[in-house]
Amino acid sequence: MFTKVLVANRGEIACRIIQSCQLLGIKAVAIYSEADRDALHVHLAEEAYEVGPARVFESYLNIDKILAVAKEAKVNAIHPGYGFLSENPDFATRCHEEGIVFVGPSPETMMLMGDKVSARNHMKKAGVPVIPGSVEPIASVDEAVTFAEEQGYPVMLKAAAGGGGIGMEKAGDKEQLKKAFQSNQRRAMNYFSSGSLYIEKALESPRHIEVQIIGDRGGNVIHLGERDCSIQRRHQKVIEEAPALDLSEGLLQRLRKAAIQAAKSLQYENAGTLEFLVENDDFYFLEMNTRLQVEHPVTEEVTGVDIVREQLNVAAGEALGIDQSRVQMQGHAIETRIYAEDPKTFFPSPGTIDVFDIPEGECIRLDTGVQSGTEVTPHYDPLLAKLIVSGKSREDTIEKLQETLKGCNIQGLKTNIPFLREVTNHPDYTAGKITINFVNDHF
Amino acid sequence: MAKIEASMAGNLWKVLKQKGDTVKAGEEVAILESMKMEIPVEAETAGEVKAVMKAEGEFVDEGEALFEIE
Repeated sequence: MFTKVLVANRGEIACRIIQSCQLLGIKAVAIYSEADRDALHVHLAEEAYEVGPARVFESYLNIDKILAVAKEAKVNAIHPGYGFLSENPDFATRCHEEGIVFVGPSPETMMLMGDKVSARNHMKKAGVPVIPGSVEPIASVDEAVTFAEEQGYPVMLKAAAGGGGIGMEKAGDKEQLKKAFQSNQRRAMNYFSSGSLYIEKALESPRHIEVQIIGDRGGNVIHLGERDCSIQRRHQKVIEEAPALDLSEGLLQRLRKAAIQAAKSLQYENAGTLEFLVENDDFYFLEMNTRLQVEHPVTEEVTGVDIVREQLNVAAGEALGIDQSRVQMQGHAIETRIYAEDPKTFFPSPGTIDVFDIPEGECIRLDTGVQSGTEVTPHYDPLLAKLIVSGKSREDTIEKLQETLKGCNIQGLKTNIPFLREVTNHPDYTAGKITINFVNDHF
Repeated sequence: MAKIEASMAGNLWKVLKQKGDTVKAGEEVAILESMKMEIPVEAETAGEVKAVMKAEGEFVDEGEALFEIE
């Protein structure tokens, strides 16, 4: 096992990883930008190094600087968390070249899955169902229109190198498609340095269901069940839960089989997630995230598996600590993402947190990187905390979650807590009538 | 002379109008990026752009003037 790991991230996920490292007796090294000098993750780690100004390209995405710190601190491995460099094959390659273990899959796998077009084509070959879509990136508006007219509207335009809901837009007719093409190409170029777009047939009201998998160097791959991540705003998840409700046994088996088949076809090592859209009793591959995901805690709560711990074990060359027959799912867990944003418009709301008071309890888990007094800057994403509540059943969990959200008190900036309260009290939500259109349909 | 100000702190990602351009009320004149979200900046009144006060890529604070309109 490693003795020292650098955590190349910030916020709640850096804190989460540092805590798992410490439980394993691994020294954690934090990095921080000038804007994060006083951040919680900096204080939690055994050592911390500044890596540059607030802007992400100069700090958290500054590969040279981060590797220089890793060498200076003499770490064995780098855990990238999610976002930032977590799915960057160049970074993973550079780590390998420097003799530092990258906690994640191989750069080749990241590259293959990072491009949505190559990922779709690979999955098709691996026998995983994919939504009808373009086989190659589309070069022009005319090509997009031809596809849409052949397949029928609505269609979904996506950035081939995209993620986080950026560069993704649904179009219901030709005019909308033309407009979406221009704006998405610009966005894709700015965010991902590639204006490459592809197009898919859009489903009417699917659910977003994903399967957590983890593999080791010996070729063992297990799944840790499903998460339902259908409650989204701006194509970004807000509430996730495990297990996913109301999926037939047959569908569950097919989803899990497809996820394992996909991972094995990639000789996948480390934690990963296969994302699917599910409509009626059918499912379609959406994308694979080759990293730890924001919503991993709900899976941890129902399976009892510490995913970060398994990631570190596997990266250190050890075999998975559990086999499939020992993965048992018990109870229910729901995660709500607390964002610094206006609860009505979902517009960002940076500022200083004057009061940060979240109820505590046996069934409540809070993953956060902030506290009272933290300044939340416009430089990074608005996620303040993840509130995860567990219970015996979904009903029981929702009741506890409603109580907990009622007791949350965050002052100094706007948060989406009023929105989370409204969703979790909505009769369609409590009845489990959720699809990816839930927020658009009800709010 | 009217000013178009940044509605919140963020990175000035795109400047869509140049000096000499005319703008309509409600027209998008720039895009701010804050907390990984794009925020369009719109002109409140119609007029001609007399000055562009910030460059793309610059960090701006809430209320900072981005354009002068006449």
